[in-house]
Amino acid sequence: MNLFAYDFMIRALIGATVTGLAAPAIGIYLVQRRLSLIGDGLGHVALTGVGLGLLTHNSPTIAAVVVAALGAVAVELVRERGKASGDVALAILFYGGISGGVVLVNLSSAQSSRSLTSYLFGSPLTTSPGDIVVIGVLGAIVLAVALLLRPWLFAVCHDEEYARVSGLPIRLLNITLAVTTAVTVTAAMRAVGLLLVSALMVVPVATAQQVTRGFNATMYLAMALGVGASVVGLSVSSQLDTAPGATIVLLAIASFVAVTLLAGVVRRARPRQSVPGPPADAEPPEVLLDR
Amino acid sequence: MTGNEPVVAAEGIVVGYGGRPVLHGVTLRVTAGEVVAVLGANGSGKSTLIKSVLGLLSPRGGEVRLFGTPQRRFRDWYRIGYVPQRLDAGGGVPATVREVVASGRLARRGFLRGLLGGGAADREAVSAALVDVGLTQRANDPVSTLSGGQQQRVLIARALAGRPDLLVLDEPTAGVDAASQEAFASALRRFVSRGGTVLLVAHELGPLAPLVSRAVVVHHGNIVHDGQVPEPVGHHAGPHHDHVHPHAPYDRPGIWGAP
Ligand SMILES: Nc1ncnc2c1ncn2[C@@H]1O[C@H](COP(=O)(O)OP(=O)(O)OP(=O)(O)O)[C@@H](O)[C@H]1O
Ligand SMILES: [Mg+2]
Repeated sequence: MNLFAYDFMIRALIGATVTGLAAPAIGIYLVQRRLSLIGDGLGHVALTGVGLGLLTHNSPTIAAVVVAALGAVAVELVRERGKASGDVALAILFYGGISGGVVLVNLSSAQSSRSLTSYLFGSPLTTSPGDIVVIGVLGAIVLAVALLLRPWLFAVCHDEEYARVSGLPIRLLNITLAVTTAVTVTAAMRAVGLLLVSALMVVPVATAQQVTRGFNATMYLAMALGVGASVVGLSVSSQLDTAPGATIVLLAIASFVAVTLLAGVVRRARPRQSVPGPPADAEPPEVLLDR
Repeated sequence: MTGNEPVVAAEGIVVGYGGRPVLHGVTLRVTAGEVVAVLGANGSGKSTLIKSVLGLLSPRGGEVRLFGTPQRRFRDWYRIGYVPQRLDAGGGVPATVREVVASGRLARRGFLRGLLGGGAADREAVSAALVDVGLTQRANDPVSTLSGGQQQRVLIARALAGRPDLLVLDEPTAGVDAASQEAFASALRRFVSRGGTVLLVAHELGPLAPLVSRAVVVHHGNIVHDGQVPEPVGHHAGPHHDHVHPHAPYDRPGIWGAP
């Protein structure tokens, strides 16, 4: 089958490409901060937005953006406090979000054959021309934030105390990151679904950092891997008639496993591959003896 | 700001975590060009003092002024370079030495110019800072592959990269070997000779001792000595054997009572 012979397939591919680019670009900051699972939680919260949108006959996507963004701000406020009880507060928010979403979507299910599972696990082949515009705009916002604000977001995620002493607007940056994460979740909803979006934010980053040395390099490679997994996964799923979202994620995980194994083999083959350069100031031998 | 304002002025600050006060009304002033060392036993409140000065903790009593401006209204953060006390220069994603040091430029970097990427001045300052700490060869290595002492030097380079007027360093030489301490001491000497001011916490001054113009000893949240640098450790055989150990004496504040 020629993938490009059908408009719906082209739309699905465009959506998958945008998702594959945007999700790792913002996900890298969450990984940097060791908050890899926040995207998953916000996906749960976004489902309540979908339900509200369907019930009130508004765009489920816009409603999902709004609700997920509110959830993201709440998450950020909890994180900022750094309280141990915050963990439980997040759990309540996330599970409240998904159960509220399930109830609301079912209530509105009279008109939606495009049912719960399509939001939870994605349905790229049903992407409408209108969806593509929304996904494109949301994706552009995410990429602009992730790429243009990189020095500041990197500083805040890397060492928040230092960033504060640099006079950076910490709270503004944190809220921006949180809201952009929510936007990413919603933009990716069509391609991989709310329950799987976090995988596309985290797994390509984890794969990339097996072979990269720096943050910028990791970001670019993760974006390339994200696009690769999305496009190839979508094509494979249409050939084999498997669930597209899950196929994309499985492919991303497969490349993570493959790269990890390969990197291990290469490292073992060349154990002393990266000999550190001599320090500029040579150490006198007695220094070593002293310790 | 007037000409003779101290660079750092903490006036009777009371700081605590939760209910428990850690600093009980501490006064510390640092004037331009000074190199002030804060000494004291573990847990005496040195880091707490430093963090209060920088606004990372808010005192519940007293006042902090930076370059003559009350801390809350201070905006010229590019004038301050901070080296925190911790060897966690990493994160969940690898970052190269140069990338970490480059974040030291952000306080100086306007937002619009920053959007267009780092300028030549930024790159040049980052390279100079790497030379200062002797890590030029490791510039493109992930920070996590460096030793603890080398990571500490990355944090020092990050603070130097912003070309600050005041360096605030919390145990910058902890875990740094003797040769690197010498290198750091000469970097600091250059910084001071350019007119810089330094506030640093240390357990052992080592090669920094000749640079330090004044020492402040914190003991259980109070300042018990403010004046000359105590005799460095390792001179036990000398005639003026004062028996100053890095930790023990601070638990007996009596000997610091008289200057
Ligand atoms: N985040 C915190 N929460 C609660 N108590 C703290 C916190 N940080 C420090 N303390 C307490 O404040 C006191 C002073 O700590 P501080 O970190 O200022 O000591 P320090 O002089 O820097 O010690 P060190 O030499 O080990 O670095 C200690 O008793 C410590 O237990
Ligand atoms: Mg300390």
